[in-house]
Amino acid sequence: MTETATPLASMTSAAAGSPVDGVLATATIVLSLVLAGWALVAAVRNRPPDRVQLAGLAVLELALLALAVVALVALGGGERPGEPGAFFGYLVTLVCLPPLAWVLARMEPTRWGSAIVCAICVVTPVVVVRLQQTWEVVGG
Amino acid sequence: MVETETHPPATNTGPGRLLIAVYLLFAIAATSRAGLQIATRFAEAPVAYLLSALAALVYIVAAVGLARAGHAGRWVALACCSVELVGVVGVGLLSLADPELFPDETVWSGFGSGYGYVPLVLPVLGLLWLWRTRTR
Repeated sequence: MTETATPLASMTSAAAGSPVDGVLATATIVLSLVLAGWALVAAVRNRPPDRVQLAGLAVLELALLALAVVALVALGGGERPGEPGAFFGYLVTLVCLPPLAWVLARMEPTRWGSAIVCAICVVTPVVVVRLQQTWEVVGG
Repeated sequence: MVETETHPPATNTGPGRLLIAVYLLFAIAATSRAGLQIATRFAEAPVAYLLSALAALVYIVAAVGLARAGHAGRWVALACCSVELVGVVGVGLLSLADPELFPDETVWSGFGSGYGYVPLVLPVLGLLWLWRTRTR
């Protein structure tokens, strides 16, 4: 029992260091970059945003909301980010990005809609990384 | 009054919408950064933080100008893109010549290097887009 629990325990203890640095955060970064690549291909091929892009944005938003919940739970548990103001700024911005991409993509059913999805999906991982940095700045 | 020839060219569709999206991102980034800096540690670098606030305002107005798409919107966008270009090049040069002047980073420091040089490219793209969509 203890043997099987060890990797899990190490995972949770790693997550305890920073709630926004773990498998979930990495997944949002990877998903966002894959989506950006897909949207870029669509834009280059002169295609409007397709279902994959819109579905991808929805999944990305769910993952980011989950990340926000994890962060809020950690805050509820007494943990504090290094730069609280910047952290919340990035967190709020982050969960607004996929909806912004969605709305603009629906407004622009041309290749430029795909380009917008690509641009916002390139920015999203940057915001995730900044979010991680603003948590860790003190404990760093 | 015949007004067929003067209908304003659309700056808010196609590539223009992408441009507006990027301007929106920078408006959000610069506004939150400036707001936070001014609220928490204004005394440390008032010039840099006021400049951040100015940059934020310019990005917002530029996005609105492009989105409004009329003649007035075009002039507003033209003014904003010009101010941005002058700002990013000016602040870039100043921060090279005299780093003491800007003790903390702004959006425009080092020609926008902290933001992947997008602040330098953005006004140029904006001006090109306004040129492309001009009335003949």
